Amino acid sequence: MDAIIKLDHLEKTYHSAETPVRAVRAVSLEIARGDFVAIMGTSGSGKSTMMNILGCLDRPTGGTYLLDGVDVSGLSRNEFADVRNRKIGFVFQNFNLLARTSALDNVKLPMLYNHSGSKLSGKAQQDKAMKTLEMVGIGKRWDHTPSQLSGGQQQRVAIARSLINDPVLLLADEPTGNLDTRTSFDILGIFQRLNDQGITVIMVTHENDVANFAKRIIIMRDGKVRSDVQVQQRSIAEVELKKLEAEKDDDDS
Amino acid sequence: MKFRVIIFTAISALFRNKMRTLLTALGLIIGVAAVIVSVGMGNGAKAQVMAQIASMGDNVILIFAGSVNRGGMTSGAGGAGTLTADDAMALERDVPALELVSPGATGGSRVAAGNQNWSTKIYGASPEYFDIRRWTFTQGGPFTDRDVKTSAKVCVIGNTVATQLFGEPELSLGQTIRIKKVPFTVIGLLGVKGADARGQDQDDTVVMPYTSAMKRVMGTKTLSIINVSAVHGANIPVVVQQITDVLNQRHHIGGDRDADFKVLSQEEIAQMATATSKIMGLLLTIVASVSLVIGGIGIMNIMLVSVTERTREIGIRMAIGARGSDILLQFFIEAITLSCLGGLTGIAVGLGSANLVSNFAGMPVLITSGPILLAFGVSALVGVTFGFYPAIKASSLDPIEALRYE
Repeated sequence: MDAIIKLDHLEKTYHSAETPVRAVRAVSLEIARGDFVAIMGTSGSGKSTMMNILGCLDRPTGGTYLLDGVDVSGLSRNEFADVRNRKIGFVFQNFNLLARTSALDNVKLPMLYNHSGSKLSGKAQQDKAMKTLEMVGIGKRWDHTPSQLSGGQQQRVAIARSLINDPVLLLADEPTGNLDTRTSFDILGIFQRLNDQGITVIMVTHENDVANFAKRIIIMRDGKVRSDVQVQQRSIAEVELKKLEAEKDDDDS
Repeated sequence: MKFRVIIFTAISALFRNKMRTLLTALGLIIGVAAVIVSVGMGNGAKAQVMAQIASMGDNVILIFAGSVNRGGMTSGAGGAGTLTADDAMALERDVPALELVSPGATGGSRVAAGNQNWSTKIYGASPEYFDIRRWTFTQGGPFTDRDVKTSAKVCVIGNTVATQLFGEPELSLGQTIRIKKVPFTVIGLLGVKGADARGQDQDDTVVMPYTSAMKRVMGTKTLSIINVSAVHGANIPVVVQQITDVLNQRHHIGGDRDADFKVLSQEEIAQMATATSKIMGLLLTIVASVSLVIGGIGIMNIMLVSVTERTREIGIRMAIGARGSDILLQFFIEAITLSCLGGLTGIAVGLGSANLVSNFAGMPVLITSGPILLAFGVSALVGVTFGFYPAIKASSLDPIEALRYE
């Protein structure tokens, strides 16, 4: 199996409290390239810590973490930043776009922090950002600032931003947490489409309905993996949207 | 990250909060403007004094009958009759570098013509005096060596005196004026010179042969001053020393006997005249520098607020791959841009105020590029110094904490 993520006895212990808190306890798992995984769990289950470690925002205190074949557990602060920049795309619950900055400039932002040698020219950056915005269906509003956009539109911009440096991994932290059902399905549809194109997606959520759109569900409790199953009856966004339309028609009649 | 993009990011961040940016930069603006105006005013005053000193003539050296201490009594410079006409002749003979020598006797008196009278300065001199001190004549001309020999009752008068006595200065030539009841014939009207370095009206004077002044007006046998000029290109300090040596010898100065004369070159006079304005200029510059530092602290304060306010933005930038150095540079450049904009505005305000001061207050202001560059350099430096700490603080934030910040 071609694993994009390989965790081996991963540990994370916080020493800030009086008694050390083991947020993640000896987790070993593999995630294959092209998979779509939902990580679930109640608050305190360790899923946020797990997300931070997978996203190279936080360092494990034990075990190893291979991302795309590279051991990232011992990287420096700058190397961490570069890994985040080139290999990982982040999508957050509250979108986290720069305020008073146009959608296009928000999408271009990760390219500005690309410290690798291969840099695109200003024009090429512009074109690529524009194309990515079009791909998530928001090309027409490229000059709008976040305050001029709805939640769903902001999340589309955030997805475009996460894709701009061609990451190998998309990390979504409660991406539909602030959205209504219909918009949630739209966004999940985008994730499914991207996943079909070969991008690995990891999504943290606490809603079963949302997790059902993934291919595999990992449930965490007390810092350990409690269950790890393939989704049997997977929700497909287009189908769910059609159902929603039908329900709406029923309500109206 | 491209430099152009960083600058652009900094400027747009500053323009997002125009009022705050302006208030923050105000300290620097005032500081820079104050430096430019104060240094400009100091230089202007100095240039004016130097021009007045230059109007004295070329290579002029003044020898005053000096402060002499005899039996515990001290009299001021020029007050003691320690110089004689023989001293003047000895100088002419023994100091080859001297071009012109004019013995002088000064005093004040009331002068009268018709029913008008005026209190003025009486200056006794030899004809060389007019060359040494670069006096020109509007009408008539100087008295002669023969007038000196005969203590002739002739004089030339300055424009102010002529105006006071005759209304129209041009009417004075050939008239008789009475000084201490002695009638003198006006044979020349001096050209206008204006105020000297000490602000005294140089045109308020009557010049006559020093023999006439000593004998007929002041009733003294000694000189109070000797005006000399050195030849062009002479080494003035050396000439001053030679004059001092000749007079020391003639007056038997040495050992415990203090000199009873004082030799002052033009340069020394200039230094004395500019000493006050130098101190004033220094004080103003210190005040201006303090306001520059306070401006810098204002910048640091606002940058720290800005870092806290934009913690979330920093978190977002870090999450998508900004290195610590990227964040550092962003805030650092922002502080420097702020201080440079403040500096440039300060220069504009300073030049404008300098213009106002010279046009409306009538004070001389001399603007040179030196203080402008200095003030701008200091304001940029202030940005570097006081922008560094907030930038470091921003760059060392933890991305997870920063993203969680509300």
